[in-house]
Amino acid sequence: MLCADIPARSTFYDKEETTVRNKTFSGGVHPLSHIHHGKPLTEHKETKVLEPPKEVVIPMSRIIGKEAKCLVNKGDYVKKGQLIGEADGFISANVHSSVSGTVVKVENRPHPTGVKRLAVVIENDFKEEIADTVVPKDISKLTKKEFVQAVKDAGIVGMGGATFPSHVKFMPPEDAKIDYVIVNGAECEPYLTADHRLMLERPDDVIEGVKAIMKVFDIKQAKIGIESNKKDAIDLLCSKVSEGDGIEIVPLAPKYPQGAEKQLVYALTKRKVPAGGLPLEAGVIVLNVGTAAAIYSAIKTGMPLIERIVTVTGSCVKEPGNLLVRFGTSFEDCVNACGGLCDDTAKLISGGPMMGIAQSDTSAPVIAGTSGILALNEKEATKHEVSNCIRCARCVEACPMGLIPLQIAAAADAGRTAEAKKYNAMDCVECGSCSFICPSRRRLVQSIRLAKNAIRNTK
Amino acid sequence: MSTKFFVSSSPHAFARQNTQNIMLDVLIALLPACGVGIYFFGLRAAIILAVSTFSAVLVEWLIIKLFKRPGSVKDLSAAVTGLLLGMNLSAGVPWWIAMLGSVFAIAIVKHPFGGLGHNFVNPALAGRVFLVASWPVLMTTWVEPGAVDTISSATPMALIKAGQAVDSGMLWNWAIGNASGCIGEVSAIALLLGGIYLMIKKVIRWRIPVTYFLTVFAMSFLLGGMDMMTSYAHILGGGLMLGAIFMATDYTTSPVTPRGQIIMGIGAGLMTAIIRLYSNSAEGVSLSILLMNICVPIIDRLTRPKVFGEVKHNA
Repeated sequence: MLCADIPARSTFYDKEETTVRNKTFSGGVHPLSHIHHGKPLTEHKETKVLEPPKEVVIPMSRIIGKEAKCLVNKGDYVKKGQLIGEADGFISANVHSSVSGTVVKVENRPHPTGVKRLAVVIENDFKEEIADTVVPKDISKLTKKEFVQAVKDAGIVGMGGATFPSHVKFMPPEDAKIDYVIVNGAECEPYLTADHRLMLERPDDVIEGVKAIMKVFDIKQAKIGIESNKKDAIDLLCSKVSEGDGIEIVPLAPKYPQGAEKQLVYALTKRKVPAGGLPLEAGVIVLNVGTAAAIYSAIKTGMPLIERIVTVTGSCVKEPGNLLVRFGTSFEDCVNACGGLCDDTAKLISGGPMMGIAQSDTSAPVIAGTSGILALNEKEATKHEVSNCIRCARCVEACPMGLIPLQIAAAADAGRTAEAKKYNAMDCVECGSCSFICPSRRRLVQSIRLAKNAIRNTK
Repeated sequence: MSTKFFVSSSPHAFARQNTQNIMLDVLIALLPACGVGIYFFGLRAAIILAVSTFSAVLVEWLIIKLFKRPGSVKDLSAAVTGLLLGMNLSAGVPWWIAMLGSVFAIAIVKHPFGGLGHNFVNPALAGRVFLVASWPVLMTTWVEPGAVDTISSATPMALIKAGQAVDSGMLWNWAIGNASGCIGEVSAIALLLGGIYLMIKKVIRWRIPVTYFLTVFAMSFLLGGMDMMTSYAHILGGGLMLGAIFMATDYTTSPVTPRGQIIMGIGAGLMTAIIRLYSNSAEGVSLSILLMNICVPIIDRLTRPKVFGEVKHNA
């Protein structure tokens, strides 16, 4: 069924006339709704290709997953698309060179996670010589095993931001019964428009990627969830699917964290992923629209994952926009391509304002999880003073996981790890809705993160 | 590359509502009721409200300074406590009663337990109960609205207790505030306006006030002689409006779980009806809320929401 929940397309978006409620979950917050979630800055800006820089710095690690084993040494010549880091262990992904040129250094370099990590520094010779391993494949002829291998070879990771190695998701246990592919086009994180632009500019890659997965794993139905504030993307994708595809485009309520895995699965299927469990246990495979497109284009062209769309935005970016960036390009180059940063930039974030990672400078390179680069001014980045918890219960209402953040945080702050565990700290998805909504500006999710670490360490 | 930016753990965005503007909203919501109180009880009502508010803020400021406590009077929580206490007094009490009540609320009920967010009972209500226990006669001498001198007169709840039949004219007077009673409790309409304002501003939720009203209405109807007029009187007269909208919803001393808030409203409603109908006292709102305050930790524990996707464990 196609767009099943929209009875009359023409009236759907007029709030007064619609009787259909967008699908969603309970809890959640509306960050920056007074400025339309910061999206207008870039949502209509077409993605520009950023020319690769003179030097790329490609880390052997992403966000989630074990560091890849480095295969090159100083002085080696590498080609575009050549494997330079091999997946090491189960949850780890391959890393490829994004340019052709000479390896000048293999050393620890700044990483978007805020620490220095092993990276290969390649001097670009601008010849764009392509590796021999880059061979196009016919996606419709792959077996399940070949498909998973192709995804693994191409170093595909979750493009939503957490960079979970994608091939792992495609290795369900033999007895698992999977009947839905759930595709995340929610992009609930404020300011970011990378997925939005991708859906508008490469809709076929998204749809074909989803179809390929459905075919390979013999899954009959797929649902692509998109927040209703991306009307153009919903319309476009709707026009790209036909009745027999089994792909449904579902408008979602614009609410954070709509794109969180469990909340998305619930909004689209009313199934609850068991606490502490994987989406597989609810019979679904979940992936981002960016990941679906990346899988499709990597298999079709043979070129592994070496670039992505990055939204460079915020009040302190002079000309905000969306860029197609080769991995290893520094944040510095990205912001310069967007007119540079204003002098009053106080905070630079890799990702969005809700789950992004603050950067101390612009030296980190773009990696697979870099969905955006956000520059905020002094006022927006205010260091709020923390005051006493007034027990207003806003965090309880906001928590999409049904937790009581104030109790977990209080236990965590007092070092009572067992108590934090009893209050289900481990079910926290760290979306940050509690810290966002807290009128006393208490660092709730931050305390809960510490509690989770402490619980893991006491195991 | 040398620029160093401010680094902190996510999230990097914050809601605009903070403790100070929440408290400011509560003060704004209380203004109509205060206005009506001053209109009917005159200048002395204004003086009582000013003294109670000012003393609460002053004591809070002194405690924070002297004992180097965290916090600030700028969060306006002491002003809310002081104003609520003043609104819970008869216009006929001497000014020092208002001052003592505020001092007790802030210095005894609020700060020894850790200040803002840590008191286990509502400070304004505890202050009022302290005053009633210490100066019972002064605290129950009510002023006729519009009177120049202190003329002792009966409150709506006392009239009902005495078996007075309620007619629609009386109800109307009680709704607008032309009744004897505490300065801030007399006008049901003004209080309701404030409550609606707080709900629109998302400062309070419907759960506690609505369940409180419904329970009192149902109980007074069922146990109070099946008379609709009497049930309306229980809602409009007395301290229920002020208590249900502004005191029972106090964040610190009410449950944080949605189900807990409903239990709070029902529990307070049951107790209020029982006290009003079966005890020697005509009024029971303060005591009911205080008793429910004490139950809050256990209510929170018993009503913890289900974790999303929680699997039943056979423990």
